[in-house]
Amino acid sequence: MFDLSGRKALVTGASGGIGEEIARSLHAQGAIVGLHGTRVEKLEALANELGERVHVFPANLADRAEVKALGEKAEAELGGVDILVNNAGITKDGLFVRMSDEDWDAVLEVNLTSVFRLTRELTHPMMRRRYGRIINITSIVGVTGNPGQANYCASKAGMIGFSKSLAQEIATRNVTVNCVAPGFIESAMTGKLNDKQKEAIMGAIPMKRMGTGAEVSSAVVYLASSEAAYMTGQTLHVNGGMAMI
Amino acid sequence: MSDIAERVKKIVIDHLGVDADKVSEGASFIDDLGADSLDTVELVMAFEEEFGVEIPDDAADSILTVGDAVKFIEKAQA
Repeated sequence: MFDLSGRKALVTGASGGIGEEIARSLHAQGAIVGLHGTRVEKLEALANELGERVHVFPANLADRAEVKALGEKAEAELGGVDILVNNAGITKDGLFVRMSDEDWDAVLEVNLTSVFRLTRELTHPMMRRRYGRIINITSIVGVTGNPGQANYCASKAGMIGFSKSLAQEIATRNVTVNCVAPGFIESAMTGKLNDKQKEAIMGAIPMKRMGTGAEVSSAVVYLASSEAAYMTGQTLHVNGGMAMI
Repeated sequence: MSDIAERVKKIVIDHLGVDADKVSEGASFIDDLGADSLDTVELVMAFEEEFGVEIPDDAADSILTVGDAVKFIEKAQA
C-alpha cells in the first residue's frame, strides 16, 4: 500500500517543520523528492540525511520569476513532477483593523499566488502524462477563521476553492487535487504562541494535545498514492477533533 | 500538404490518439476527432510551443478544425 517508488515529488517549504516531515514520508515510501525552501543549509542537511533520491531547489516564492523558474527546474531535473505538495506558507498576524497592505499582500502572494503559479507550471505536463497528484496544505483556520489572521485565513480558504476548481477541470486527466488541513501541529509556526494561547487551544482539542508533523504527512502520503485515485477536490482535516467538518 | 500542415497533423494525431486518415483539413477537433474542451486548450498550447507563436484566447476560440489551425499559424508566421 502507498508505494511511491519511482514517483517524483516536489515539496515546497521543506525547510519548515511540516514540510520536512512530508518530504521524509514521501521519501520513505520510495519517491524521488525535490526539496524546495528558502533556507539552503537546512535543505542541504535534510538532503544529506535522506541520502539518495533527493534534489534541492532553493527559491523565494514571493518572487514570481523565481516561482516560474522553480517549476521549470524541478520538472527538468526530476524528469517530470508526479506529486506536487504546496506546503510553503508564511504568517503575518495582526488584528484586522491594524493590518497593513504589506502584511496582507505578502501572505497572499506566498500562500496563494505562488501556489497558482507553481501549479500552473506543473499541471500541464501532468495532464500530458495523464497522471498527477496535487496536494495543497491548507489549515483548519481556512475553514473556521481565526482572529488576528484575516490574511492567513483568506489565503488558506482560497487554497481550498482553488483546489476544488482545478480538481473539476483536470479530473479526466487522472490528475487529482486535494487539500490537507492541519489543526495545531508542533512546529515553528505554533511555537510562536504563548502559554496562555496554547492553553486555550488545548481546551478546544478533544485529544488534548497538538498533532505531529508525521500525523500530517501520513495524510499526504495517502493522497499522493495511486490508491487515492478516486479522491479529488477533497480536504482531509487532521486536527485531533478540534473541528469536525 | 505544407510543412506546417504536416506538423499540425502530427500534433493532433499524437495528442488525441486518432488515426491519421481521420485528420483531414476540415476535421473538427470536437465533433469529428472526439476532443473535449480541455483537449482543445492543450492543442492550442502545443501549437504555440511547436511554432513559437502566441495564440490569444479569442483567436483560439475560432480554431475549430485542423484547417483553421494551419491557416492561423501560416498567417502568424507570414
